[in-house]
Amino acid sequence: MGTQSDFFKKLDKTTILTYLCLVVIGWISIYAAEINDHHESIFDFSQSYGKQFVWILTAIVLGVIILSIDVKIFPTFAYLIYGVGIISLIAVLLFGTTVNASKSWFHIAGVAIQPAEFVKYATALALARIIYDNKSRVRDFKSLLKPAAIVALPVLMIFLQNDAGTALVFAAFVTVFYREGFISGWLLILGIAAVFLFVLTLLMNEFYVIGGLTALFLISTIFLRKKPSVIKQLFLVLIVINAYVYVVDYVYDEVLQPHQKMRIAVLIDENIDLRGAGYNLHQSKIAIGSGGLWGKGFLEGTQTKFSFVPEQGTDFIFCTIGEEWGFAGSFVLISLFVFLMVRIILLAERQRSVFSRIFGYSLASVLFFHFLVNIGMTIGLVPVIGIPLPFISYGGSSLWAFTIFLFTFLKLDSKRMELL
Amino acid sequence: MIVRSSQSDVFSRRKTAVILFFIIIGVIFLIRLYYIQMIDHRYKIYASSNVQRVITDYAARGLIYDRNGELLVYNEPYYDLMVIPRQVSNIDTLEFISLLGITREQFENRIQAATRYSRFKASVFERQISKDTYAYLQEKLFRFPGFYVQPRTLRKYPYAMAAHLFGYVGEAGPSVIENDPYYRPGDYIGISGIEKHYEEILRGHKGTRIVLVDALNRDIGPFQDGRYDTLAVTGTDLYTSLDYKLQLYGERLMQNKRGSIVAIEPSSGEILALITSPGYDPNLLVGRIRSQNYRNLQADTLKPLFNRALMANYPPGSVFKVANFLVGLQEGGINNHSRYSCPGFYRSGGITVRCRSHPQPVNVLSAIQYSCNTFSCIQFRNTLELPRFGSMQEALTTWRNHLMSMGFGRRFNSDLPYELSGLLGSADYYDRIYGTRGWRALTVISLAIGQGEIGTTPLQLANLAVTVANRGYYYTPHIVKAIETPDNLNPEFLERHYTTIDSVHFEIMAEAMYETVEAGTGRFSRIPDIPFGGKTGTVQNPHGENHSAFIAFAPFDNPKIAISVIVENAGGGAAWAAPISSLMIEKYLTREVKRAWFEQRILDAEF
Repeated sequence: MGTQSDFFKKLDKTTILTYLCLVVIGWISIYAAEINDHHESIFDFSQSYGKQFVWILTAIVLGVIILSIDVKIFPTFAYLIYGVGIISLIAVLLFGTTVNASKSWFHIAGVAIQPAEFVKYATALALARIIYDNKSRVRDFKSLLKPAAIVALPVLMIFLQNDAGTALVFAAFVTVFYREGFISGWLLILGIAAVFLFVLTLLMNEFYVIGGLTALFLISTIFLRKKPSVIKQLFLVLIVINAYVYVVDYVYDEVLQPHQKMRIAVLIDENIDLRGAGYNLHQSKIAIGSGGLWGKGFLEGTQTKFSFVPEQGTDFIFCTIGEEWGFAGSFVLISLFVFLMVRIILLAERQRSVFSRIFGYSLASVLFFHFLVNIGMTIGLVPVIGIPLPFISYGGSSLWAFTIFLFTFLKLDSKRMELL
Repeated sequence: MIVRSSQSDVFSRRKTAVILFFIIIGVIFLIRLYYIQMIDHRYKIYASSNVQRVITDYAARGLIYDRNGELLVYNEPYYDLMVIPRQVSNIDTLEFISLLGITREQFENRIQAATRYSRFKASVFERQISKDTYAYLQEKLFRFPGFYVQPRTLRKYPYAMAAHLFGYVGEAGPSVIENDPYYRPGDYIGISGIEKHYEEILRGHKGTRIVLVDALNRDIGPFQDGRYDTLAVTGTDLYTSLDYKLQLYGERLMQNKRGSIVAIEPSSGEILALITSPGYDPNLLVGRIRSQNYRNLQADTLKPLFNRALMANYPPGSVFKVANFLVGLQEGGINNHSRYSCPGFYRSGGITVRCRSHPQPVNVLSAIQYSCNTFSCIQFRNTLELPRFGSMQEALTTWRNHLMSMGFGRRFNSDLPYELSGLLGSADYYDRIYGTRGWRALTVISLAIGQGEIGTTPLQLANLAVTVANRGYYYTPHIVKAIETPDNLNPEFLERHYTTIDSVHFEIMAEAMYETVEAGTGRFSRIPDIPFGGKTGTVQNPHGENHSAFIAFAPFDNPKIAISVIVENAGGGAAWAAPISSLMIEKYLTREVKRAWFEQRILDAEF
């Protein structure tokens, strides 16, 4: 029995508590978003909120199982789990069902399973393992090849499923490469800027973007007037960036035929229907914005009920929270997420094993990416890309995958003194 | 670069950048949220002008016409006052209740009931508000957020007739809503008659509109330019086979009497008139007055809700001799040349069936003409005792099968409401009563004259007249002639049903029925210039005065109408049912009745 209480003592209970808070908030929010008059019980299993309750219970059982198995399993079977993940992606391409134009679901015994959700976890394991195995500790572009391939393979396959949103999530692993020294901060910033500008250019008139950048340059010349050489360099950068923006826009507008544009839009995400998404965004902002400081109260939301914004309980779940619990509620939720992600980073940093650290960073990064894109899109800071809000959005695959992800890390953390 | 150990790795400072990035994004989100939730008030204004209301556009049901295009059933608009409880706020209750003429308590109760159903969906607050109230409300409605007026339609019948045939419309009940996803609470559905049978054709398709309503409860236009709206599709019209003048006339003839008239066009099976008396005004079972009136009709001792034409199970009496003779001729129990003398009764094995005096001797023709019971019993017994049949069971089964081919003992499964099958005992039925060897032809001899363990509906009797008129076949009697246009014939009932009797035997019966009207029991009801065939019947009624029955088809050559009439407790068939048939035939074929005194006698009669 001593080992039993020992086991719980070593678990990070703060993280578990945060997890439980998020999951319960999610369940209640799904109820508020999707309640209908004929099924007013939150335990009505014919409805999404009733089902989510089942998903939560089973997820917790899964979490307990993960905590009770031998920690050695995770590094040992990392590649095997990754392999199974890849096979499931192939299988879903061959035998899966198409939902919203994405062939990414298995329907087994009435339950829809999305393998891609679990592959994030498998990829994190394999990535941690392959970097851990690189005993030379060399950190350069060449040594990045294999880890990058580990990430690229599932991305490719998920793209083939036409589920660009989920594929995009794998970009989160860049954080791991950054932390482990494979890429420099400048490169990261450049990459982020390139993506940012790309999206900005597609969403806005390119002259605004070029104008804005030029204005930014002119302002910086005032501050840098003592360093003409830096100004010169910055000017060159400005020209390069403006050229990039212009080329992106030109290629998109002039060279591509409309149907090819559609393909690109679909490639980015089939949910990026620029008109439709604009409407959804508008509705979403109205819902959140009308929440005020304290919100309209539980089940009192007017915008999220009968609204024709799709995915009330899944991708746009934050609307319900923003509307019914206001700024106060949004503050609590965002704080909980940031707290959880920062805590995972801090826990990752205290690991003795590189494997555990990389795995922790993967977890925090994937969570962060979902958080960034999902909440960002509902408040109009990020284009509409259909990925769920972890622990909150309705859906068994997502909840299970993130629970396994989190609890595996908690298990690794509880054994940090034994792993090297 | 080379990393020596994981603990002291040179990149650990990068955690600060990552953490900072997480926190910065979180802060950016919060700033953004602060802006849209606290600073920018546009969204609150949008939200209040963004209340979506789902409005159902109820499709008007299809119209119902008679065979000549006369409008029999149409729709009248009315208005329901609806409420969405969660949108009700800050209303001047006092003014509102005085507007509607309800008490404060009623107001509270109704709001509570609506809330119990749903806070988000509309409930009916007041059904069928008057046009005046509607006009008045329309102006004031903006002061009562959460309330709006839903236009609907109700059935209206210009002629107070054929209520049973039309059936009625009411709100779909819980079990219907459970089983059919089309129906929602408050939807209307055909509950009986044509309205029920042709529900899917008549109902059309309701539409839904989503409109945006502002804080002042004003409709500010369609949601997303109507992208999610569906148009209501008006129901399809039906052309019944009824001749409304004949129907009205029949109902008039049957006033103050109990019984029924069924008139069918032999060449198509189309029901020209179907009268059950007493009936009721179909306008009674419409809208908010329906339930009260329905209770009243249910309590009525004359049972006006009971459709005698389709459900009454009378022994047919002598009119059934026609059917029996057909079986006898077909099986060879009698033939064209059979002759018997009638001593005024049939007596055998201690059983006596009385007859009345008539010319002697009788053959097939004169036995029908004078409705001779003796001949009927002899032929029935001869037929059942034919040596061909190995047993009574076999004989009776053969007899029964012939009758079923004429439409007796079973339902037609037509488009008529609540049709019953009548009673035609099977061999098993008699085995159960008398034991397998306990019965013989004499046991069931009363069947020979259409009495005893036999029940037929007036519809079945009319169909017998149809079958004789057609010399051996019939079409399923039906009420809806055409769908959508008068030429688009109802495809359900185009099939001819042949009986198992050869048409030559029908020729004999047709001839016999002609003689009946010309110089037999029905001669009193002859129509000048219109030769027709008929058969009287007097149904013995142990509970009171006999029922008067008659079947006929007219004109004799190329018949246009076949009819059955039963008048309960009126006495002999020749006295009442035959004259009524005669009048109906005259009315239908000549469009007017010239025999005023003859008509007046019927109109004055009360039973």
